[in-house]
Amino acid sequence: MADEQNHEQNKAEPKNIEIRVRRQDGPGSEASWEEFSLPWKAQHNVISLLMAIQAAPVNAAGQPTRPVVWDCNCLEEVCGACTMIVNGRVRQACTALADELEQPIQLEPMSKFPVLRDLSVDRSRMFEKLKEVHAWVQLDGSHDLGPGPRQSAANQEQTYAFSRCMTCGCCLEACPQYNDDSDFMGASALGQVFLFNLNPIGAVQSEERLETIMGLGGLSDCGNAQNCVAACPKDIPLTKAIASLGRDVTVKSLRDLLGR
Amino acid sequence: MAEQRLIVVGGGLAGLMATIKIAEAGVGVDLFSVVPVKRSHSVCAQGGINAAVNLKGEGDSPAIHFDDTVYGGDFLANQTPVRSMCDKAPEIIYLLDRMGVPFSRTPEGNLDFRRFGGTKHHRTAFAGATTGQQLLYALDEQVRRYEAEGLVRKFENWEFLSAVVNEAGTCTGITALDLLSMQIEVFEAPSVLLATGGPGIVYGRSTNSMVNTGTAAAAAYQQGATYANGEFIQVHPTAIPGQDKLRLISESVRGEGGRLWTMRDGKPWYFLEEWYPAYGNLVPRDIASRAIHKVVFEHGIKIDDQNCVYLDVTHLDPDMLTRKLGGVLEIYEKFMGVDPRFTPMKVFPAVHYSMGGLWVDAEQKTDIPGLFAAGECEYQYHGANRLGANSLLSCIYGGMIVGPNMLARSAETAGEGGSAAADEKARMENRFAGLRSMDGTENAYALWNELGDWMTRNVTVERHNDRLKETDDKLQELMERWQNIGMNDHGQRANQELSFTNQLWNMLELARVITLGALARDESRGAHFKPDFPERDDENFLKTTKATWAADGPQLDYEDVDTEHIVPRARVYNVDIR
Repeated sequence: MADEQNHEQNKAEPKNIEIRVRRQDGPGSEASWEEFSLPWKAQHNVISLLMAIQAAPVNAAGQPTRPVVWDCNCLEEVCGACTMIVNGRVRQACTALADELEQPIQLEPMSKFPVLRDLSVDRSRMFEKLKEVHAWVQLDGSHDLGPGPRQSAANQEQTYAFSRCMTCGCCLEACPQYNDDSDFMGASALGQVFLFNLNPIGAVQSEERLETIMGLGGLSDCGNAQNCVAACPKDIPLTKAIASLGRDVTVKSLRDLLGR
Repeated sequence: MAEQRLIVVGGGLAGLMATIKIAEAGVGVDLFSVVPVKRSHSVCAQGGINAAVNLKGEGDSPAIHFDDTVYGGDFLANQTPVRSMCDKAPEIIYLLDRMGVPFSRTPEGNLDFRRFGGTKHHRTAFAGATTGQQLLYALDEQVRRYEAEGLVRKFENWEFLSAVVNEAGTCTGITALDLLSMQIEVFEAPSVLLATGGPGIVYGRSTNSMVNTGTAAAAAYQQGATYANGEFIQVHPTAIPGQDKLRLISESVRGEGGRLWTMRDGKPWYFLEEWYPAYGNLVPRDIASRAIHKVVFEHGIKIDDQNCVYLDVTHLDPDMLTRKLGGVLEIYEKFMGVDPRFTPMKVFPAVHYSMGGLWVDAEQKTDIPGLFAAGECEYQYHGANRLGANSLLSCIYGGMIVGPNMLARSAETAGEGGSAAADEKARMENRFAGLRSMDGTENAYALWNELGDWMTRNVTVERHNDRLKETDDKLQELMERWQNIGMNDHGQRANQELSFTNQLWNMLELARVITLGALARDESRGAHFKPDFPERDDENFLKTTKATWAADGPQLDYEDVDTEHIVPRARVYNVDIR
């Protein structure tokens, strides 16, 4: 199998990888740091380091401990599960390669979501927002109604970029406006409004979708810090969507004001 | 009587499609998933979904798609359900298109199609190179709409533990574990769907996601559901190594013109093109994986002392590559630090997909009444080898037909649960109380690593009876050592070690089904290859393997295959014989 090519490529000097993990038993409990030291191997990433701790849960002081709790699934940066803060930067743990990280590698849970345990957080709020903004195409039914409308390749490329959003939370973690004191829905939900308003069938409901972002916590809460677009692991042009939605909302407001 | 709701376990393509069909009929669904459904393993499918719509004017048709699929599966699949699936495929693509899947387009604005292995036609619709992700999102969005309407109730971060089976042997619900509170609850429903994916994690590292332990199917198997064709495990020819997983490099890379080669006597050797001139780089996966093994192990040709070959796209237009394969090439670049548009990729085979799974009939019913299965967790559509881009199709098709079948059953019977629900809940609570108090010396994750190493070494590309026997002995040893696991985590919430220890037992049960199924099948067919029995043996083995659970190990039985439409013929890819 593919792992057989993993023979130690660098047998020169045995070195260790030092890791610090911010640990917390539950939402209300105290957080503390625990250090780990693991033998170097080729192609370690943050996930495989945490897996190595699972199989031999002993900390750097040599004391037995419990395995670290974290979320992950696909391990190839398409599911969005393993988002955490690695060396101060929010990103997916799977693409955080040990050889490219400064040590000690410092792992923390995202700060904008409730911690469930250790590095695992509750991002259900993000999915709730997708409901509020009607992030779907309203079909008549799943029965056979023939092909959908033709679309230009250019339109497909634009929608595809936004449709790659994994609801991972990087954009929200990076956003100064997204915090406990605000209702701001954040860039990910706005990106989905833009996406469905671009879709030829989805556009039919674009007015009602725009209404969902015109109130409190909507588009006007964006402070234009542009951190979202820098933090997005899929390079989704979120600020472009926000600017475009801004124009759409202005036009709609004027139309509403003038009674069309 | 309270409002009737049906249960769907699993939020990948099959589970979500079934949910849509049920909710659309106005019936409520309780949808269970170990991860938020949007993070299900379906996201990992890259290359595309097959449907013979013939938009390229090549004379393609569902009949040819059907023939390619049955032939590609070495005639082990029951033919009638496969035919129905291929007939329905064009309609499925159009439905997905209407749902907003950003399928790649031709200049005229039509859906674009590309080539995949085991066919001569451009039959694969795709959304860049993250097609599974895009399909999953489209279904997730439709389900979210029903959730907003109150028809669908999601139980995300809940794990299926067992079916509730009453005295009459009918499934009347499930027990499930809340992965946050670690509490066990029972849920009753007249029909239950398992759409819980494949068992790749049995092999330790594979191309699969971490949730693909096969635990749900294995639990149902231990409760009396039959597991079919477990020995048919697909090894994908092109993956890249990692300590945590082996990452897939999609077959679509070859569909768009990528070539496999290695260096022999100082010159590039395009071994697939030489050995299989009719299909070249697009032979089915079992053939390509064996060819790579042959190059590396029999011919002894490695690259920089690593077991691998080159997958090369450097001769193709970089803009086209970015447009059509960006998602895949990005994975290679992120993990290997090399841009594959300009440097050939190094790849090697990895465990990828299970053709086997829970036995079902053409209506997706398992042999426990009331319990259905769809998607990779069942065995029905791929025979001895799955063709690329047929898995997304079979998941959605299975979900599409199982929904109405679950509704029909619910209308005819509402199973009398009796005390079965309370009994099953108590059984699971006892089991977990036992797990919590385990204080032995073994580590569950370390045992899993051993399991993966043994299965990967002995039950993949080449199978030898002596090594299969040894592997089964090892599995029984691991089962004994499992009893001596010590819990490191005594926490009451989000205790991942606790649920993993339970899953590990189920993985060991499935590993025995896979290994003993392979041991008993003395022939070579599709992904199952025994050098000591190199030929297909239709006389003795044109049969579905059916494993049922018993205390002393899986009992194997065989069932004839439906070959009503296409007479089995020799399967060759070096020359065109059609």
